[in-house]
Amino acid sequence: METPFAILIGLFFAAAIYLMLSKHTVRILLGIVLLGNAVNLLLFTTGRLTREVPPIIPNGMDALPAGAANPLPQALILTAIVISFSFFAFLLVLTYRAYQELGTDNTDEMRLAEPRDEERPPMGY
Amino acid sequence: MAAPSTDLSAALVLAAPAIADWLVVLPVVLMIGVGALLMMVRKSVRLHGTIAISGLVLLVLLDAALLMRVSIQGPVTMVMGRWLPPFGIAFTADLFGSLMALVSAVVALAAGVFALRDIDAAGRRYGFFPFLMLLMAGVSGAFLTGDIFNLYVWFEVLLISSFGLLILGSEPEQIDGALKYAVLNLIGTTLFLIAVGYLYAIFGTLNMADIAGKASGFRETAPLVTLTALFILAFAMKAAAFPVNFWLPASYHTPRIVVSALFGGLLTKVGIYALIRVTVMLFPVEREELSFVVAISAALTMVIGALGALAQNDLRRLVGYVVIVGIGNMLAGVAIGTPAAVSGSILYALHSVVTMTALYLMAGEAARLGGAWTLSALGGLYRRAPGFSAASLALFLAAAGLPPLSGLWPKLVLLKASLDIGAWWLAAAILLSAFIVTMALARVFLLAYWRPRSEPVLEMVPELVTAIDWRIAWPLGCLTALSIFFGLFPETVLDLSQRAAAGLAEPSAYIGSVFPGGAAP
Repeated sequence: METPFAILIGLFFAAAIYLMLSKHTVRILLGIVLLGNAVNLLLFTTGRLTREVPPIIPNGMDALPAGAANPLPQALILTAIVISFSFFAFLLVLTYRAYQELGTDNTDEMRLAEPRDEERPPMGY
Repeated sequence: MAAPSTDLSAALVLAAPAIADWLVVLPVVLMIGVGALLMMVRKSVRLHGTIAISGLVLLVLLDAALLMRVSIQGPVTMVMGRWLPPFGIAFTADLFGSLMALVSAVVALAAGVFALRDIDAAGRRYGFFPFLMLLMAGVSGAFLTGDIFNLYVWFEVLLISSFGLLILGSEPEQIDGALKYAVLNLIGTTLFLIAVGYLYAIFGTLNMADIAGKASGFRETAPLVTLTALFILAFAMKAAAFPVNFWLPASYHTPRIVVSALFGGLLTKVGIYALIRVTVMLFPVEREELSFVVAISAALTMVIGALGALAQNDLRRLVGYVVIVGIGNMLAGVAIGTPAAVSGSILYALHSVVTMTALYLMAGEAARLGGAWTLSALGGLYRRAPGFSAASLALFLAAAGLPPLSGLWPKLVLLKASLDIGAWWLAAAILLSAFIVTMALARVFLLAYWRPRSEPVLEMVPELVTAIDWRIAWPLGCLTALSIFFGLFPETVLDLSQRAAAGLAEPSAYIGSVFPGGAAP
């Protein structure tokens, strides 16, 4: 079961990186969302995917039966989802404000903080 | 698998932690608590300063107590929810973590006092002080946690509060800087999360002590070098090391100067801290394999940062490049990796936290006195504020690594360590970058302080500000005094950093504190 997931995650990562290489902020943002989901799937797969063996220690045993599902990645993913969602909300607003204030969504033209024709420091005393 | 007759659930929980062990989590609890309190009184802006400063003073005291305890008794661990260590989230304070936490708290207090004057009512209404508290919660948590996923969570806590601080005021320039900072740092932490995912897939545990104990057993079968490379890339991005450092000069000069000071002092150092923790303590063998790559990155970071500093006209951007030079130096210690070199990195990190914060605050004050941020417009500061100028000169010398100030000792330790393993080119890079930084900062002093002020600029400043407010004099003076003290009497800090590095190279005490009953199950 892990192999198809690995391929799926690879596709997610490829798409995310492709989008993030764009100059336009909206595409970068979509890339970040895809990246977050790729990582969530990755975390999901790290716990190994098994079917129909719930992670419950049966009566009379002192450890999980072999091949039981791993409950921890779900906790990790839950945390990661919450964090990536809140970051996405923040970035969405930030991008929109940047578009309003700077009048462009092209990162090449966002040179307000680092002007292209910046003055050089004085060369002499 | 014989049927046990005893109640198994009882074996999974520990006895209640001793009251003294609560000290490990108290810094984080305090900062989150004060942050929440400030949010509750967000309308009464007048109260913010008092509450925040008292919180920060308490934080300094708590961190000092923690450092005392750790330096006497060794690492202290507290496990959340009384779950046995590999399962519950452990907070483990060792010497390295508590040293960094204490210095960060001192710097945050200084920045908080400076902010009393620098942040106006509008900035406070935007939530400067609550953000500062939550930033410190994230920083303290990152330094004190013993669980690698928890470290990720603290990274995110400090990242989201840093976003809030960065766009305080919402000026177009800040939004431009914040966008680049936010996107690149988010990608950096996501890389960290990917690495944590792989780590969990390999080890099945997230507790750092557990991983350190188990790493040797997985060396033959698992791709640990790849994993370590991923961690190094992620943390290098947070720390602004050379190929992935471009977000720092793009954003660190845009916010209020206090915010720049906090970021320059603390955030990159959290990245370095995590890098040292993971590479030196958890994966020392893999670090050795990758050391050449890290060393090249370190040398390039130093030299490119120094050249960048030389090319800047804006004081804030110049200081930003000096921060990058420091990152290169600390990275060099990680690349060499001997306990002496790691102690040099730790020493450099402590020095850098204090000096870089003070440099940014100094730049802010210079701009207030001189009415401009650029070297081409500043001038005559020495005449107007001699005391402030003397403090600035001391900070410049400290940042450049000249005796008798704090920058000398870490550079000396790192130089010796790199010559000991025969990496003469790394030593050359350290010396060359220090030389260029000396030139860049000496030029700042020459132009902004010594040069007689040109007349047209003088008219741009409405009133001549000569008196320096206590809210500025105290933080600047104390940080400078700390730097001078550390330069003149380095024995205590040298000794502490050597012991911290020894504790990282041989983490048996760390592991023993998490698993008191012996090795991990």
